[in-house]
Amino acid sequence: MVAGTEPTGAEIVIKALVDQGVDVVFGYPGGAVLPIYDALFQQNALRHILVRHEQAAVHAAEGYSRSTGKIGVVLVTSGPGATNCVTGLTDAMMDSIPLVCLTGQVPTHLIGNDAFQEADTVGITRSCTKHNYLVKSTDALAGVIHDAFYIAGSGRPGPVVIDIPKDVAINTAAYDCSPRVEHRSYAPQVKGDADSIEEAIDLIAGARRPIIYAGGGVINAGPAAARLLANFARLTHCPVTLTLMGLGAFPASDKRFLGMLGMHGTYEANMAMAECDVMVCIGARFDDRVTGRLDAFSQGSTKIHIDIDPSSINKNVRVEVPIVGDVAYVLEDMTKLWKRKLHGTNRKALDAWWGQIEQWRRRECLRYANSTEIIKPQYVLERLQARLAERDDVYITTEVGQHQMWAAQFLHFEKPGHWMTSGGLGTMGYGLPSAMGVQVAHPEALVIDVAGEASIMMQIQEMSTLAQYHLPVKVLILNNRYMGMVRQWQEFFHGGRYSESYMESLPDFVRLAEAFGATGLTATKPDQVDDLLDAMIASDGPVIADVIVDPTENVYPMIPAGAAHYDMTLGPDEDIEQQSEDGMILV
Amino acid sequence: MESVDSEIKRHTIAVLVDNEAGVLARVIGLFSARGYNIDSLTVAEVDKSRALSRITIVTSGTPMVIEQIKAQLGRLVPIYKVRDLTVEGPHVASELALIKVVGTGDKRVESLRIADIFRARVIDSSNSSFIFRVTGTTEKINAFIKLMTPLGLADVSRTGVAAISRGAEGI
Repeated sequence: MVAGTEPTGAEIVIKALVDQGVDVVFGYPGGAVLPIYDALFQQNALRHILVRHEQAAVHAAEGYSRSTGKIGVVLVTSGPGATNCVTGLTDAMMDSIPLVCLTGQVPTHLIGNDAFQEADTVGITRSCTKHNYLVKSTDALAGVIHDAFYIAGSGRPGPVVIDIPKDVAINTAAYDCSPRVEHRSYAPQVKGDADSIEEAIDLIAGARRPIIYAGGGVINAGPAAARLLANFARLTHCPVTLTLMGLGAFPASDKRFLGMLGMHGTYEANMAMAECDVMVCIGARFDDRVTGRLDAFSQGSTKIHIDIDPSSINKNVRVEVPIVGDVAYVLEDMTKLWKRKLHGTNRKALDAWWGQIEQWRRRECLRYANSTEIIKPQYVLERLQARLAERDDVYITTEVGQHQMWAAQFLHFEKPGHWMTSGGLGTMGYGLPSAMGVQVAHPEALVIDVAGEASIMMQIQEMSTLAQYHLPVKVLILNNRYMGMVRQWQEFFHGGRYSESYMESLPDFVRLAEAFGATGLTATKPDQVDDLLDAMIASDGPVIADVIVDPTENVYPMIPAGAAHYDMTLGPDEDIEQQSEDGMILV
Repeated sequence: MESVDSEIKRHTIAVLVDNEAGVLARVIGLFSARGYNIDSLTVAEVDKSRALSRITIVTSGTPMVIEQIKAQLGRLVPIYKVRDLTVEGPHVASELALIKVVGTGDKRVESLRIADIFRARVIDSSNSSFIFRVTGTTEKINAFIKLMTPLGLADVSRTGVAAISRGAEGI
């Protein structure tokens, strides 16, 4: 850019991104974004990771964002480039991940003409983004980009799309706007109402059977929120359970941690939720995977709900004390007020509550029948966890299905931002590109994608991206030759009619890895698992480790969809006994 | 208790929004995506200098659904304010309808007489037709249309409800 002349739209994009503190963009070029890619080529401040499918660019930006707390950035072309992003954007919307996705668009005079590679990107992404823009003139471009970053990252985070027509990127305009934005209509409330906070902590102080149910909102509120949560749990002697999206928000090794709750959560977590008298929901949304049948969900408890999104409160479950605010701010205020009021707790009642919880824990709901002949998927994850326990530089992503649930049950997270999974949308193919994004953010870390053989095929082309950028992601496939979770549901609810859930013609994953320049490993017997895991971890390049596991294993515990917690199944032989016992506890 | 919680009621909601491209599509998209009812909807720019528009929506649902609708609207980025006129104190609501009635002889005369009673104005006439412009509450316009039906009602164009709170306070 010659001094004294105005920058082009493309140059404005680069400058605005750099001013926002962006250092890497995940993308894929195309006709409509060539001007921006040209400007990208002629500078060094911004790094670009070339993926092999635009969906992977979005998932990579998600992994990058969740593992750093920064806003992920995507750059794709018009038409199919933009539409390929829809799944990733919907995923980010459901899991509240902040992203800014720049999409190319045909020149403004061609919009609406069914031009080559034209799509109504703004129309298509309207319902799957937090907000979106079509930039019609270069003057507006810088302001829109800064606005987009503000919206993506504030309140409940989410994806924002900016559609940039090619002529807007080519024309010039002055860049004279600051990255700081004061938005006139969107200003989310971060401080919780003082009276509600007081009401909440009085309730908790008087509780005989309290529980903290925390989720992804704690992760989004930053690392301080997790520290405040741990501190608050200690002050109140409260047990803590986490959602799938919240794992890592509270240390798994802490004895107050009951494990994940919900459809495949632990027995003790679900029972404690059912039997509690005060439930403190922090940054979670009473999702149907957690509540099961709504009219049977924790009927006897008084509920406190802390969330930054007012529309999340009283959406599914009526709560008595709603508190709109940022989890970190609210927890800080709650802690201060607790200390100021010198609140103690009802020690005798709490001891009895913990006694009951210990009784539930003794059920050992995650027990499984190991074997010396065939590899059990749970065993693989137990052996992996043993190796990861001492390290703090490990990041885990998963695909979707049974392996995802076992990873959530058997892997332990002490800090937020080390667990990346597709929760709300449940996108198969999420794990590999997400791991890619995490590895880009943390080049020296150990990044592992726990996968199923069905899911890994969905974004397998990204093995090529791993090779190009020397990203040593480890893909650990728990290969049971079925879409495991689908097969489990077909076994339980469709009379064992395994319709289209068997994977025929699977590739030889070892040779596939090698074709992509990665290391391929495999194990078929339990006594090979340790060596495989050691080799996988020790390798300094990308790895596909294909572990052949028992296809008949099912994920337990399980609360079937639309059932109540007392319909929880704990194992293949235990159903009937458990159901009647659980029913007795309720009565 | 349960019957009050699950009773479906009509609410008139006024929304002040940034007058930017696509804002109406966002609001309508929100309603259709979540399966909420739109009984009527009007939108127009109300403040040119600040580029603000007002959308007035009449919707119906249980109290929990109405709370959700308002919360979801509030969440949209270009939305400034959401006011539930039905619960936030007294308000006035009015709509306008253009009604074409085709007839001759007695029916034609009768339609004029009824229009007089409803204080509707004739804004077009031919030897065999009138177009009436009538304003008022939804119920008044519904009644007018019902009375015109046997007299040769041919076409109806309605604006939907515009509503505003009573008293000195603005939105």
